[in-house]
Amino acid sequence: MSPQAGTVAWEMPTGAPHAAILGLGVHRAKRVVPNADVIAAIDSSDEWIQQRSGIKERRWVGPEETLESMALAACEQALAHADIDPAQIDAIVVATCTHTMQTPALAAKLAHLLGTQAPAAFDISAACAGFCHALSLGSDMVRAGTARHVLVVGAELLSEMTSKTDRSTAFIFGDGAGAVVVGPSETPGIGPVVWGSDGEQYDAIRQSTDWREVLADEHPVMPHIAMDGATVFRWASFEMAKVAAATLDRTGISVEDIDLFIPHQANMRIIDAMARAMKLPEHVRIARDIAEQGNTSAASVPLALGRMYEDGTAKSGDIALLIAFGAGLSYAAQVVRIP
Amino acid sequence: MATTEEIRTELADIVNEVTGIPAGDVQLEKSFTDDLDVDSLSMVEVVVAAEEKFSVRIPDDQVKNLKTVGDAVSYIEKAQAA
Repeated sequence: MSPQAGTVAWEMPTGAPHAAILGLGVHRAKRVVPNADVIAAIDSSDEWIQQRSGIKERRWVGPEETLESMALAACEQALAHADIDPAQIDAIVVATCTHTMQTPALAAKLAHLLGTQAPAAFDISAACAGFCHALSLGSDMVRAGTARHVLVVGAELLSEMTSKTDRSTAFIFGDGAGAVVVGPSETPGIGPVVWGSDGEQYDAIRQSTDWREVLADEHPVMPHIAMDGATVFRWASFEMAKVAAATLDRTGISVEDIDLFIPHQANMRIIDAMARAMKLPEHVRIARDIAEQGNTSAASVPLALGRMYEDGTAKSGDIALLIAFGAGLSYAAQVVRIP
Repeated sequence: MATTEEIRTELADIVNEVTGIPAGDVQLEKSFTDDLDVDSLSMVEVVVAAEEKFSVRIPDDQVKNLKTVGDAVSYIEKAQAA
């Protein structure tokens, strides 16, 4: 006789009281591409690009770099910074929209290259909002006890998916990767996520052409990221400022309590408009990595944090508000303690 | 009901706040792009601030039709009357 359903107690894992970021790693694509190198194809100027976006130069991959190599370098650095052995990693979550193999996931390859021991490994698709989505998953896994250490990665090779002649996007994007190790903590290190989507604006940012249409073309070309600039600017600057405020509310802290504001590096004008709308106090340091890196979609938040580390703007123990947003239109935000 | 001049004055203050252009330059016949050098992103900020100030809705697909300050003022007047 088998026991009646519901009478046998199932063993469920016990998670950590809290999750925290234990280490950070970044990789910036090696080729520095100044505005001077992109203006001819869009009949523009350095001044015009800087005024519209705050971008002075962007990083694009050199001949020896790939999405995989950038992600791997960021992961190795994050593990070293966290002082965690690859064998301790139970899950790898990669946020990317520029992995050109639809299957298998980049995460599985990274798991192999890093020398981990059979972790759960998968990619997620949430475009520019991907890193904060993946960070939330990692935090929830650690707290639920389904993984003890999670490698959360944002990696993008956008220069390949950039139209060099589209005046609204040719100068925006960059290449790079960032990774963090998420693990157990006695005190809160990653706050509750506020996330969501606005499917009514599903096509405001998009791959220019469906693969089927690409292949039907006599001379197929790589699709590029296209967007409706004004629509995205309005949504990002004003709606996302509200999401940022809601995130502080949900965490139970005020704007006075944060040291760093690290928004997705979409456009300096969006960063400035958000900061104004949020009425950020003087003491809050704002990430402005986009000026030298360009918009790296899912990699932008960890890359921006990396720069703040390097130049001393961010210190261990600082409280940072992260917010990422993009195609979907999708968004995710949370408060974190800097490792 | 606000008069045309009242709306223009308040809109001029918004343009000044967003772009730093002297409010006195924001006259009805002035083109946002050609005369005032308001770029498309600043225009979005002006529009969002105007929506709040005048309690109207100015959809993105209407913004491109607002070429002059007068266009914007009359759009706001009509939207308020609707």
